[in-house]
Amino acid sequence: MQSPGYACRSVATSSSLQARTHVNYDVKGDVAVVRFNSPNSKVNTLSKQLQSEFTEIMNEIWANEAVKSAVLIEIWANEAVKSAVLISAKPGCFIAGADINMIASCKTPQEVTQLSQDGQKMFERLEKSPKPIVAAINGSCLGGGLEVAISCQYRVATKDRRTVLGTPEVLLGLLPGAGGTQRLPKMVGLPAALDMMLTGRNIRADRAKRMGLVDQLVDPLALGRGPPEERTIEYLEEVAVGFARGLANKTVSPKREKGLVQKLTDYALSVPFVRQQVYKTVENRVQKQTKGLYPAPLKIIEVVKTGLEQGLEAGYLAESQRFGELALTAESKALTGLYHGQVLCKKNKFGAPKQEVRTLAVLGAGLMGAGIAQVSVDKGLATILKDTTLQGLGRGQQQVFKGLSDKVKKKTLTTFERDTVLSGLTGQLDYKGFEKADMVIEAVFEDLSVKHQVLKEVEAVVSPHCIFASNTSALPISQIAAASKRPEKSVMGGAVYDCNPVCALVLWVLDPTGLCCAAVTLWVGGRAAGRELASGEDGPGFYTTRCLGPMLAEVVRVLQEGILSSPVEGDMGAVFGLGFPPCLGGEWRHRTRAGTTWASLHQESCGLVPAHGSIRTASGGAGRKAGKGFYVYQQGVKNRSVNTSMDEILAQFKVPSRPEVCTEEDIQLRLVTRFVNEAVMCLQEGILSSPVEGDMGAVFGLGFPPCLGGEWR
Amino acid sequence: MTSMLSRAIRRLPATSAWAFRFSARPFSCSPLSQATGKTVQPKSKKTLAKNGVKNIVVVDGVRIPFLQSGTSYADLMPHDLGRASLHARMHIRYFPWDFVDYIIFGTVIQEVKTSNVAREAALGAGFSDKTPAHTVTMACISSNQAMTTGVGLIASGQCDVVVAGGVELMSDVPIRHSRKMRKTLLSLNRAKTLAQRLALITKIRPDYFAPELPAVAEFSTSESMGHSADRLAAAFAISRVEQDEYALRSHTLARKAQDEGLLTDVVPFKVPGKDTVLKDNGVRPSSMEQMGKLKAAFVKPYGTVTAANSSFLTDGASAVLVMSEEKALAMGYKPKAYLRDFVYVSQDPKDQLLLGPTYGTPKVLERAGLTLADIDVFEFHEAFAGQILANLKAMDSDWFAQNYMGRKSKVGAPPLEKFNTWGGSLSLGHPFGATGCRLVMTAAHRLKKEGGQYGLVAACAAGGQGHAMIVELYPQ
Repeated sequence: MQSPGYACRSVATSSSLQARTHVNYDVKGDVAVVRFNSPNSKVNTLSKQLQSEFTEIMNEIWANEAVKSAVLIEIWANEAVKSAVLISAKPGCFIAGADINMIASCKTPQEVTQLSQDGQKMFERLEKSPKPIVAAINGSCLGGGLEVAISCQYRVATKDRRTVLGTPEVLLGLLPGAGGTQRLPKMVGLPAALDMMLTGRNIRADRAKRMGLVDQLVDPLALGRGPPEERTIEYLEEVAVGFARGLANKTVSPKREKGLVQKLTDYALSVPFVRQQVYKTVENRVQKQTKGLYPAPLKIIEVVKTGLEQGLEAGYLAESQRFGELALTAESKALTGLYHGQVLCKKNKFGAPKQEVRTLAVLGAGLMGAGIAQVSVDKGLATILKDTTLQGLGRGQQQVFKGLSDKVKKKTLTTFERDTVLSGLTGQLDYKGFEKADMVIEAVFEDLSVKHQVLKEVEAVVSPHCIFASNTSALPISQIAAASKRPEKSVMGGAVYDCNPVCALVLWVLDPTGLCCAAVTLWVGGRAAGRELASGEDGPGFYTTRCLGPMLAEVVRVLQEGILSSPVEGDMGAVFGLGFPPCLGGEWRHRTRAGTTWASLHQESCGLVPAHGSIRTASGGAGRKAGKGFYVYQQGVKNRSVNTSMDEILAQFKVPSRPEVCTEEDIQLRLVTRFVNEAVMCLQEGILSSPVEGDMGAVFGLGFPPCLGGEWR
Repeated sequence: MTSMLSRAIRRLPATSAWAFRFSARPFSCSPLSQATGKTVQPKSKKTLAKNGVKNIVVVDGVRIPFLQSGTSYADLMPHDLGRASLHARMHIRYFPWDFVDYIIFGTVIQEVKTSNVAREAALGAGFSDKTPAHTVTMACISSNQAMTTGVGLIASGQCDVVVAGGVELMSDVPIRHSRKMRKTLLSLNRAKTLAQRLALITKIRPDYFAPELPAVAEFSTSESMGHSADRLAAAFAISRVEQDEYALRSHTLARKAQDEGLLTDVVPFKVPGKDTVLKDNGVRPSSMEQMGKLKAAFVKPYGTVTAANSSFLTDGASAVLVMSEEKALAMGYKPKAYLRDFVYVSQDPKDQLLLGPTYGTPKVLERAGLTLADIDVFEFHEAFAGQILANLKAMDSDWFAQNYMGRKSKVGAPPLEKFNTWGGSLSLGHPFGATGCRLVMTAAHRLKKEGGQYGLVAACAAGGQGHAMIVELYPQ
């Protein structure tokens, strides 16, 4: 008989180790350490192979005295191993989720249901393991990964920014299908569990600790006698092994101390009536937000409800069946497509940067300029924010400060960090220091002559390597570049689109005449700002604004026709489940000089009546920036009120409607076809390099309904 | 109490031999330092005297016993301790004190009433009111800063005699009203009418009364030092057992040094209304079993830093008399040691908070043209056992030297048989502002006792800063 300890390792694993590529284990004293490490991948996914290897290993660990035949099992039976730790060998990833392709390759709901049931069985065994199992989480622990973790008896996670836990299944139109819908409510309480599953949000480790999702936190290590990431994993393992041992000899209790609030909530939720109310409220909210376009959230509520009201068995059954049904819906396929697109867009297709951007200058401290400055300075770029007036500059600086302070409120930043970040920002009214800038982004008025003027001013002061980029959402880069003294020296790198902190996308438009160097630097600049990227060719309005344009025109037309009585209705109503209310969107986007952007768009490509522009001009509103438009914007007031004078103006421009195209559905179609038509035009003209990037632009930049997966689907 | 001390001073024989010598001291300051610096050496090593740089010496140094906070010094004020350290022993040997050109004290947690504690202590200790004094603060290396500021004043020819010291009274720290309350109280001061006052008073809410306590935490990161030490120990894979063993070593050595009477810089202090304090009261050699029972103090529940392997909150004060060599000799003193090259370093306050010695040591050795092997005596400040062990490991790691310090290779770890052999901050105590002088005096005394020539003093400090200095034994 082998003695417990390291000696076991060679004997224990030698026979089966060769065959295993995804999961591995060794024994530290009386604790088995099971390591996930999918070969040739940055992340671990719950693929078929990983699952089968994992099951095999766990079976070895569990094997009891009844089966003593194999060498391996003798050791386990000897109770040399009293507990286990699950850990990933990859820095930055525990298990990132189930293998999407595994689900995608299924043809029938029954197949998917079967997959789900296999998972349920596996995790139920983990949960009921006689030997305590500790999940040691470092990096993303999502979807199937989280299901593994919550099936364990104890969870230790690193307090790292990269350590996130969550159930993002809903974002793929699915539900947590391996027992998660049943386990999570018991672990974190019904409200928190529903919130997690319905939003699919990532939960950082410290919040997870507060919620009771993890039991212990471990600080990530930042230095040492070797690479700190490796030491962090080692340390996490040491701590987890300590807890595993403690659980096995009962010095550590897996039960968590619940706070008073949690106790009260639990008590309240033990009353069936209260539970029913919770389901109802949540259902209503989901209905309101999804407008019935997404089936997954409702199914999640249903499955959770079944589990809690009718027992675990019914819950498991419902979960696996709904999972099977959801996996083959069009919505799920569309969302999965978007996910792949996102992954694709995150890949750098331009290669390594030739020139690093360390100092950035932004011209114009308006909404956009300050937004660009904020994301840049937040990513550690030395940023100069220049405006022409002290007042305008002050407003911009305040916007950056407020943006960062909001992060402090959300506790993603400390006040000290905010101040340090802010010290990277220099506000000024002149061009002092511009010779140090590696890139200048202009965010001045959408007016060609103003753009030309600042371009000339900038070129007079910057160094030869500096790249000039334009944050224009409509004017063609080539036209702006016409005023440049050095277009051949990559002056016109491109345009930043919507580099606003609230949007998730930066669209860099690559100038076809620009040098490769510019493209690369820009790409890196965008990366530095932490945004997802789509590339596109130059053209009036570029891609996103251009597609939005005709649709907005249609919105205005609908308003003119009086089909919708107010813009609020247009925005809030079920306008195709658009994430971005069109009227509000138009105003957010459209800067001062009402209609200039618009006019140029129409003149050049659309040829539509610029009704929107003239109505705006007539109303004296210039969109959000001027504080008035369809809505009245007031400082410090969150709910914008409708600009009532707009009704009169609309009446003035009233056009008769055609009753045959006035139902809600018709309106939706009218709006969307405008958008899609324009999108097709863009691809034809080469403004868009691929439909995938178009989808990304539409969904993340504009709020195109994600359930449709983008206009290219 | 002040009256009592002044009476003590007054009772001093004004015609003592010492006083006579001072009054007759020659004022000429011929630059003979270079020559005298190269006199007899205990070993055949070179001296560190540099051309064109004055030799600066420590003539004497004392400290009152370091006590755990909340014990015998609990009712005193910080400047009382400072006064005591200035007053003790020195006042007999060096009276009258008007030959002192300048006084500098280090302190960390400031008593607001005596924010320039150096001046209050000096006045209270009977120094001439013509002697200027200022207070410096640099966390745990405040008195190091006081000494080196003095060195700077002497080297630049501004002064010849500087008293440097440090003081800390952790028994009493300023606990403040909340910011809201302070704001209200200040507005109340300005309010003119009763109505205005009442309006302000009615605004006060219960939460206004929540007090603000000073924390031993970094302002920039909000992390407590113990927490950082625990992470540091983890980063260098230092086990709980190793830390407990090191702490036990510190206590054992300190007790041995106390018993053998080696800690000659300690002077008794008669605390008014209490017994005379004779020695440091935090030295408590325990057993590994007992230390092993303690729970983690910062990273709960699995951390490795405990109360037993950390330095404790301490009250205490220290002072040294720093002079230019020629002045000291002219006045007939026998200096104890030269203060040679020193460096200050600073790093990332989050992850490298306590690695000052690692960064300072190679730098100061390079500056002095020495190697680690030339050093006979190491006196490092022990904030935490884990911190000391992490520093030793970092100093002994090529990887760390290359990746974090931008050096080609490691400097090497000091051999433990030369390292803090008379105990350290873990056992003797660590009054933040006063430890630096203790390190220098212990190094000087150890050099003399053990027959070495060079001592290396190093310390870490909050804010991610650090200090290292070479102390050379004055030729015997």
